[in-house]
Amino acid sequence: MLDAILSYEFLQNAFASGLIIGVIAPLLGVFIVVRRLSLIADALSHVTLAGIAGSLYLSQSVGALALLNPLYLGIASSVMGSMLIERLRSVYKHYEELAIPIILSAGIGFGAIFISLAEGFSSDLFGYLFGTVSAVSRQDLFIVAGIAVIVLAFIRIFFKELFVLSFDDEYARASGLPAKWIHFLFMIVTALVIAGSMRIVGILLVSSLMTIPVATAMRVAKSFKQTIWLSILFGEISVLTGLVAAFYFDLAPGGTIVVTSIAILLVILAYRKISLSKKRGAAA
Amino acid sequence: MAAPLINIKEVSYEYEQTKALDHISMTVEEGDFLAILGPNGSGKSTLLKIMLGLIRPSEGSVELFGIDSKQFKHREWIGYVSQKSNSFNSAFPATVQEVVAGGLAKKAGLFHKMPKNTAQQVEEALDAVGMKSFSNRSISELSGGQQQRVFIARALVSKPKVLILDEPTVGIDVQNVQAFYDMLAALNRERNITLVLVTHDVDTVTDRISHVACLNQTIHFHGFKDQLHMMSDEKREAWYGHSVRKIHHTEGSHTHA
Repeated sequence: MLDAILSYEFLQNAFASGLIIGVIAPLLGVFIVVRRLSLIADALSHVTLAGIAGSLYLSQSVGALALLNPLYLGIASSVMGSMLIERLRSVYKHYEELAIPIILSAGIGFGAIFISLAEGFSSDLFGYLFGTVSAVSRQDLFIVAGIAVIVLAFIRIFFKELFVLSFDDEYARASGLPAKWIHFLFMIVTALVIAGSMRIVGILLVSSLMTIPVATAMRVAKSFKQTIWLSILFGEISVLTGLVAAFYFDLAPGGTIVVTSIAILLVILAYRKISLSKKRGAAA
Repeated sequence: MAAPLINIKEVSYEYEQTKALDHISMTVEEGDFLAILGPNGSGKSTLLKIMLGLIRPSEGSVELFGIDSKQFKHREWIGYVSQKSNSFNSAFPATVQEVVAGGLAKKAGLFHKMPKNTAQQVEEALDAVGMKSFSNRSISELSGGQQQRVFIARALVSKPKVLILDEPTVGIDVQNVQAFYDMLAALNRERNITLVLVTHDVDTVTDRISHVACLNQTIHFHGFKDQLHMMSDEKREAWYGHSVRKIHHTEGSHTHA
């Protein structure tokens, strides 16, 4: 495997991107899960689909845009989607969750229209939907690396504020933290991670890499920081195992990554059940 | 004479064309232990939220430490403990230590790291509420009363001058409510922390407070708790919306709804 990675640039791109995504998706995912925003990640990934499909359509129909990397329009639509969700949440103050199905269906709707206009896409779209090992370009890798720098800087700078906001948003606002601004930035960074992760995991499965490793870590972690480190560990194991399996068995990496992360979750759940019943047995 | 710590001037608040507060004026002085009492829907929590700057009044203004609340920057001088069930995610994966350290976030400032002696400050705050030995426990494993003590420690860690509490005993066992108020009284007495509290525990809290404000959209009484018995029956009825029984105990006068 190592020989293959060293020999082929596309594999280097895929594994390097995967390793980066294995860190940033679960890292941001911890805050998404504890803030109960998991569905927002799903909505944004579907909005990204609209951007990707739009870009693929434009590159087919407008000659000057033939070489446009679909990631750019994907990122732009994801960021725009995050702003629209926030706007809708303030419009429907008593039904904030309504913003998610509205934006999610808008994303699928526009995506379906662009796909129909181009009379369907072949392997390109399949790669964006379920991830790809072979089609990750050096440019994609640089974009993912750039997003990672933004995400890591954001978490590093605002960690304490994000923690307080995630734990108790009313307290955060009462203590004078700029909760509104930090939340706004958080949504934009979330949109960036979703757009960046989708090349490897795929639009339809990107939110799972932000939530399943976190769900697993929460079963065993004793503190918030431990939850973060374990989520990243489980994320990395899933991405690496998933990419290797995808390469050898010629499968979509999104599927193998998610199935691996679910397998880890099941192992941890079983471990917790066994250790709890042992404890109860010892106490009885 | 020093400015009052909190000065509420002619504050009114309207929500969807319903008046929740009507021209409220009152002050909170340094060292006060003030209980704001009133029936459900009387605007108690709304008044606290206005004091904290969480919502803006429709009319009137609030001064904090002599400064208009819109310009007031030292939020760390005011500690806040909300109704536990309202805003706290009870399954949150964090230790008591991490939760209390969060109380220093504002004081440390944006773009700044937590202070180097964070662990020591957290330990002192937990010690003040009798929770020092719970430092490494998960917040979700604690009982309602223990969690509220942790939230008070989170408010105390930034060394506030005023502590504002919104029905802090909701979800606490009846047996532990007395001990909880004893702890608040000790903070007021020994650390000179001014306390403003919204509560329904009239009987339990009366022995420990210094001042009472009777609120029902408007202030029906505000003064020393010993003067509360001087409130006329008509005023009591106007305050609580129905007749209120006045029972005299040997150590003072208590009001029962």
